[in-house]
Amino acid sequence: MSTTTTDTGAAPAEGSPRGPKGLGALGWARWAWRVLTSMRTALILLFLLAVGAIPGSILPQNVVSVDEVNIYFRENPELAPWLDRFHLFDVFSSPWYAAIYLLLFVSLAGCVFPRALVHARAVRSRPVRTPRNLGRMPYSARFTTGASPEAVLEQARGVLKGYRVERYGDSVSAETGYLREAGNVLFHLALLGLLVALAAGSFFGYRGNMLVVEEDGFANTLPSYDAIYPGHWTDMDSIAPFTIHLDDFEAGFIEEGDLRGQAASYVADLTYTEEPGGPEMTHRLEVNHPLSVSGVQVYLLGHGYAPEFVVRNGDGDVVFDQAVPFLYRDTMSFVSDGVVKVPDTGAGDDAQLGFVGVFLPTAAQTPDGELTSSFPGATEPRVTLEGYTGDLGMVDPQSVYQLRTEGMESLGESPVLAAGDVWELPDGAGSIEFAGYKEYVSLQANRDGARLPALLTAATAVGGLLLTLFIRPRRVWVRAARGEDGRTRVELAGLGKTEVAGNNAEFHEITTELAARLRNESDDNPQNPSDTRSDR
Amino acid sequence: MTYTLAAPVNETMASASDTLVIAMIVTYAAALFLFAIEAAYGRRTNLKAGRLMPVSAGAAGGGADGIEVDVRTTEGEARASQSVLGAIALGVTALGFLMGLAQIITRGVAAGRWPWGNMFEFVVAMCLVAVGVLLYASFRYQARFLGAFVLVPVLILLGIGVKWLYVDPGPLIPALHSYWVPIHVTAAILAGGAFMVSGVTGVTYLVSHRSDVKRARGEQVAGIAGRLPSPELLDRISHRLILFAFPLWTFGIIAGSIWADEAWGRFWGWDPKEVWSFISWVIYAAYLHARATGGWRGPKATWINVLGFATILFNFFAVNYMFSGLHSYA
Ligand code: HEM
Repeated sequence: MSTTTTDTGAAPAEGSPRGPKGLGALGWARWAWRVLTSMRTALILLFLLAVGAIPGSILPQNVVSVDEVNIYFRENPELAPWLDRFHLFDVFSSPWYAAIYLLLFVSLAGCVFPRALVHARAVRSRPVRTPRNLGRMPYSARFTTGASPEAVLEQARGVLKGYRVERYGDSVSAETGYLREAGNVLFHLALLGLLVALAAGSFFGYRGNMLVVEEDGFANTLPSYDAIYPGHWTDMDSIAPFTIHLDDFEAGFIEEGDLRGQAASYVADLTYTEEPGGPEMTHRLEVNHPLSVSGVQVYLLGHGYAPEFVVRNGDGDVVFDQAVPFLYRDTMSFVSDGVVKVPDTGAGDDAQLGFVGVFLPTAAQTPDGELTSSFPGATEPRVTLEGYTGDLGMVDPQSVYQLRTEGMESLGESPVLAAGDVWELPDGAGSIEFAGYKEYVSLQANRDGARLPALLTAATAVGGLLLTLFIRPRRVWVRAARGEDGRTRVELAGLGKTEVAGNNAEFHEITTELAARLRNESDDNPQNPSDTRSDR
Repeated sequence: MTYTLAAPVNETMASASDTLVIAMIVTYAAALFLFAIEAAYGRRTNLKAGRLMPVSAGAAGGGADGIEVDVRTTEGEARASQSVLGAIALGVTALGFLMGLAQIITRGVAAGRWPWGNMFEFVVAMCLVAVGVLLYASFRYQARFLGAFVLVPVLILLGIGVKWLYVDPGPLIPALHSYWVPIHVTAAILAGGAFMVSGVTGVTYLVSHRSDVKRARGEQVAGIAGRLPSPELLDRISHRLILFAFPLWTFGIIAGSIWADEAWGRFWGWDPKEVWSFISWVIYAAYLHARATGGWRGPKATWINVLGFATILFNFFAVNYMFSGLHSYA
């Protein structure tokens, strides 16, 4: 390694090793291993890791939002399947990305374990022998003093605070900064540990989204989720059986000024039990304030409106009475879209009713007369509907947010409905009443066992990193010998093992400190008149 | 359903804050002018020995101690273009820094919250850190010569901030109601400011390095490019700043993922902002590696550093505007 100018700690092979001379599988394997664990390969793999992540931010990702991926497919029907072939909508779980980081971590292990062994040996050994020629070191200094060689070496020990010092004949050899290497090994091992923790977490955990309307509840079972993403080895049959009931939800919005319409607060009051029939507890769910129940974290992701509709058939019987969650188009207006499906009107499958609705929390008109909403809070809630009659096609699975209108007959558009208004459907098909609205929350439940281990390994990595970056291993030698004139010639040399600047300045400080101490010592010693002369 | 009025904004503070931004920009512009004159016309002077200086630059002048020093470095003395204007520029910069500090405090008071909640506030804070780093480097490493270079991106960013990113002080969206704002965002701002100065120093290094190469070929190098301090010194300063910023960035990412865990229910979700923070982190790790890899030290490693700062900027501007994600609060 270029930075390690001495023997110890030079574990990783540097540069690009040449191909093996003797052929044979073993030779090739050795060579491949050497290439893989070289710093240059690590560098290239780090680059690939960074470059490979870029498409993961440019293209929509399934881990982030399946909806956006679907939209992309719809808008780019030619290109999308091709991109998908290269896993570009699942970059971070794709085989090619896995190949990069697995290679990187193999390289890391191959790099760090030998290094750790070398370091373990270095820690136990004594500082190296003093080299014969100190003048060859990056820093060296010479001066003479009246103090005896013994006194010089004694003072040198005092100046070299924090160094491990060993005496070799007429010199001392000192070394410090062992923790840097330990920190480096710790850092890399912690990264390895982090990867393992993350992998384990994603293999055994799960994440799911659900939508709960006010005064309604949720039971933690597989079918209750709108979307669920279990890990490879997650046992979904034995998930914690907690229940949640949404008592009330309140969203606050800023009413005035530039920021009008910006959300100010969300609060959901929940009642929950750890198992059906268990003792009831309450929790105030807010953004940044999740509910933790039976090892599962439940978070507030978003909210919306669920207008309530009462549908009567031609005979005046109530055939539908429900709050229907609508999805908002944007957060500033909260214009929301939804679908009401009435499969059973009592007149057979060909007389099913379907409605495509728009909910406007604060209805207003744009200058060109279009209906919109001017505020996300529900101050003037209005609904408009388009009605259809016919077969909803519910035998096939379908989204609750979409109405298949092919094969259905239009009933036209409703007037703008305020709460309590009823739209009488044409041809005696019945009526639909906009009866009011409720709010709903979308929640995410998440079980990830890696949370704590990931945090611990990451914190360890930071600790190791700080040691690596800020501890500067260095060596100092001091040699003292009586010269022909009876004065002691002192030679001091320093070697920084890492190329962090400031080493020479520090060695120089050591030299001046040592010289100063010796001067004081010999000043106190009147039997040594000679040095007042030269050192002043 | 409840409606809150916008938390009452303290109008006096708000307008004081807005005035201060403009005053600060003018002040920095004046400082930049003075720094540029120093860089172009100052006298090439030896810098005093110091933390990042080669020891031969003064410290070894120990004739009085009878100490004879032998330093084996290829580096000559640390010299920079100096003039009294530079000292004045430094004072003016410090004045601008104080204005920046006051601006951020008044804005925080005006809005009644931590003053980093939107892009404008973020840019202003990052520039404040960059200037703070410049001041620190000037005192600690005698790196006043960086002033002419650091203030350029600072002024550009502040200009963009005032012209395009400005919003009136006001309350935050709920997702930002958290004590993690001061922790996570502060780490990002501190690291970002230091990365910025390091990147600028890196660019200066590349120029100085080229001048050295040209001189070695016997060519004359005219202008500021020929009057820069030695590339080794610039490299050391830029590296030193990464040593400060990289662990902070790491910490910021970790703090962010703890926050994400609390707010969004997962600590890491490959949201575009997260992806780009990760990319920056990997690039800076690559920079540190490159410095330890044969054949990569010097200009190549420095290019990686500059690339790192480019990813930080990209993360900030492009990701907020181009990609949708949980982090978009532009
Ligand atoms: C996950 C990928 C990795 C990351 C994020 C990473 C990060 C780092 C960082 C931040 C440093 C500190 C640099 C310094 O001392 O200034 C470092 C040092 C080092 N890394 Fe890595 N590393 C990774 C993988 C590897 C691999 C695969 C190898 C081996 C081939 C390796 C070998 C080393 C060595 C030998 C050093 C010490 C360099 C020196 O002495 O200055 N690292 N690494």
